[in-house]
Amino acid sequence: MNYEYYSSVTLVTSVVVYMLAMFAHAAEWASARDVAVENSARRRELVGVRSVDAGAAGTDPPPSAPDPAAGQRVEMFGRIGVALTVIGFGLSVVGVVARGVAAGRAPWGNMFEFTISAMVFVVATYLVLAIRSGMRWLGLPITLLAAVGNGLAVTVFYVAVAPLVPALHSVWFVIHIVAAAIAGAAFNVGGIASILYLMKKRAEDRGAVRGYLARVPSSKRIDLIAYRCHAFAFPLWTFTVAAGAVWAEYAWGRYWGWDPKETWALVTWVIYACYLHARSTAGWKGSRAAAIAILGLASFWFNFVGINLLVSGLHSYAGV
Amino acid sequence: MTDTQLSDLLSPPGADARPPARPTQPPSLGLGGGLRFLWTQLTSMRTALVLLFALALAAIPGSLVPQHSISPVRVSEFIEEHQTLGPIYDKVGLFNVYTSPWFSAIYLLLFVSLVGCIIPRVGVYAKALRGRPPRTPRNLSRLPAYTRTEVADAAPADILDQASARLTAQRYRVARHDDSVSAERGYLRETGNLVFHVSLLFLLLGVAIGSLYGFRGTSVVITGKGFSNNLTQYDDFSAGAWFSDSDLHPFTVGVKSFEAKFETGTVQRGAARLFEAVVAVTESPGSTPVKHKLEVNKPLNINGTTVHLIGHGYAPTVTVKDGAGNVAFSGPVVFLPQDGNFTSAGVIKVPDGRPERLAFEGFFLPTAVVDQQGPRSVFPDAMNPALFLNAWSGPPKKETGLPENVYSLDTRGLSQLKDAGGDTLRMALAPGSSYTLPDGKGTIEMNGWVRWVKLQIGETPGVAIALGAIGFAVGGLCLSLFIRPRRIWVRASQVNGGPTLVEVAGLDRADARAGLDEDVADLAAGWLSDTSGKGTGTR
Ligand code: HEM
Repeated sequence: MNYEYYSSVTLVTSVVVYMLAMFAHAAEWASARDVAVENSARRRELVGVRSVDAGAAGTDPPPSAPDPAAGQRVEMFGRIGVALTVIGFGLSVVGVVARGVAAGRAPWGNMFEFTISAMVFVVATYLVLAIRSGMRWLGLPITLLAAVGNGLAVTVFYVAVAPLVPALHSVWFVIHIVAAAIAGAAFNVGGIASILYLMKKRAEDRGAVRGYLARVPSSKRIDLIAYRCHAFAFPLWTFTVAAGAVWAEYAWGRYWGWDPKETWALVTWVIYACYLHARSTAGWKGSRAAAIAILGLASFWFNFVGINLLVSGLHSYAGV
Repeated sequence: MTDTQLSDLLSPPGADARPPARPTQPPSLGLGGGLRFLWTQLTSMRTALVLLFALALAAIPGSLVPQHSISPVRVSEFIEEHQTLGPIYDKVGLFNVYTSPWFSAIYLLLFVSLVGCIIPRVGVYAKALRGRPPRTPRNLSRLPAYTRTEVADAAPADILDQASARLTAQRYRVARHDDSVSAERGYLRETGNLVFHVSLLFLLLGVAIGSLYGFRGTSVVITGKGFSNNLTQYDDFSAGAWFSDSDLHPFTVGVKSFEAKFETGTVQRGAARLFEAVVAVTESPGSTPVKHKLEVNKPLNINGTTVHLIGHGYAPTVTVKDGAGNVAFSGPVVFLPQDGNFTSAGVIKVPDGRPERLAFEGFFLPTAVVDQQGPRSVFPDAMNPALFLNAWSGPPKKETGLPENVYSLDTRGLSQLKDAGGDTLRMALAPGSSYTLPDGKGTIEMNGWVRWVKLQIGETPGVAIALGAIGFAVGGLCLSLFIRPRRIWVRASQVNGGPTLVEVAGLDRADARAGLDEDVADLAAGWLSDTSGKGTGTR
């Protein structure tokens, strides 16, 4: 059996399925355009607030008369989207596992392997949020991200299976990479939430919340979700950078050397520290903080793609 | 909701106007006042934010412009390529970003600001730890979570007793007032926050100790030879300001053998797969040598000094006879790799040759091919080793005792040998072959080759402090980000023997907490059903 081949095939298939899921969610939001604004996300928010509306949900426009047929159509497309995402997720898990089996090691040796693993974590995070907390409105951007991520991986970043170079033979490397992938997944979800927050906030301020934006929760609530993602990711990212430093101490005899990759990991960390500070600074919370979070995500991605491909350094293990 | 609004809500009954937290205008400035004003500014949250941003921005150029500390060669290349930009970059420290005055200024200011920020907060925190939960606001219904219920047959005092008991069971700190109960929990959040920020200071301390007392150097050791830990044996060496030579432990490391393996398959052909050296370590003069394996990622630790294997290369072994027929040089010569396939450049100097001294310059190729690009190596392992050299000769030079770079040839006083046609003399040697120089100037024989390893020897004191600090920082962060500080108030009142009115209200002090409404509702629901069950979260 050729696991490497199966891995590629399932990953390519996962890209197609994620794209279909994306279309389903696009259709969901498109058909939502004409439907009443009241939706499950909003209802869920109100659960438990028995006596007093906490004000958290108060900014959505009041529900207009529901149209049951259109409502059902929205719901159907949404469910199809989630179902397809589950299938795509299964496929990409199989792809990553097969890749690991083919390589005879954990599949985190190069950029291709890191990307497909990170996408598994991103989609897993999303599916938990969508199914347990009713956050299906993340479906469109997440499936887009997963399709693009895996798509880039199988086309641009692809390298055939090969053993690790000696510098990567270290437990700390594995710890470092897994932590980075999970933190990265949470940063991505948080970043998407921050983008949605800005869009929703603008729409709310203009008093024109329509279509897709009408289906996502109030800006206040998205802000909270974004914060939780970042609050989860930030300590983990701190740990990731520290684990990387420990690994560097073993590999090169210095725990910090201002290698471009290290530098950008720190820059990313500092930007997210800014985000957390901004959230408790008057005049910076809200939109400005969200913008900082998006900047942090941009820095994360630049470190991952840009530094691997453009700048030469000790960490340039892309293998592309 | 902004802080200001919250504090308005929290102000005790009767206190309608709150003094402004901080003067918005600079006070009329004496020197002291001016300094105080500066200090207030420096330690404000906004300044911390700006400084953090500045730090992130300032770190960026160092990753894009070559750095002296990382790759001096690329710095020189850059300066050569950019005649105008180069010197400007040099002047503003862009080749030494992380030690430049502006970068240092930013992080030092940041840490000063941090200290200024921590000290008052520790005081406030200590007070809060000893203090009681804040008094019950007059108007509970204005709080973010609020509910009320009426209980027919219970006295307010009993209700409040029950409330105290329940809140205590939920690990709130509870204060009983005349007509109400106030409760607070989540003090660990601020603990975590302080631990985190203080850890940052310790991290800086650890790093500072490392860079003041630490040292690091490299030494190229040919297999079969050894390294002993004193300054003369280092090829390059850098140390912190407070390091002294006597800090070097007198150990020796003999390199017995070194094995390198490379990928021979089609994927990533030539990528490194295995480096493994066997070394004999003598910890102090006179003690018995102990054998160790030295691999990438598995450094030796000799009494706190670490020895890393960080590079390797080839040393062709040659024997040179001079014009008089005597052996003027014999042994391995270190050639330095120039590319991934170990095309290695080097110089063989024969200063003792008589009547003329000799020198050779050229390349060692582990897997040599000669094509239109000239001779080059196509694989990093020694599959078809060859030595390509030019030769020089000249009258003997007086010993000056000045150190000379062994990797480059000073051609003053030397002339390049020509072949019969008048072209530069070029020779290609394979192991076991020799070449006779024209005009009876001598012969050179390539005996074979050996490998050399590059050892990095160093000590970074303070690593333990830095590592411990990071551990505490992560722990503190988790507390700070995941603990939910919460305040709950319960007021019970009875008007003229009617039912008892129970009001429950809550406030989350931290951003983005969930479940407040549920907790408040659950607490109130306890009296509705008139059971004393503990409130558990509903979904
Ligand atoms: C060395 C640079 C600094 C870094 C990396 C840093 C990082 C952080 C991080 C990650 C948080 C969020 C975690 C939490 O809420 O506890 C935080 C919170 C906080 N930081 Fe810093 N900080 C730095 C310097 C400062 C300075 C100079 C101040 C003083 C103005 C400060 C004041 C605060 C405060 C008051 C909070 C709590 C905010 C809240 O209650 O949500 N920090 N800091």
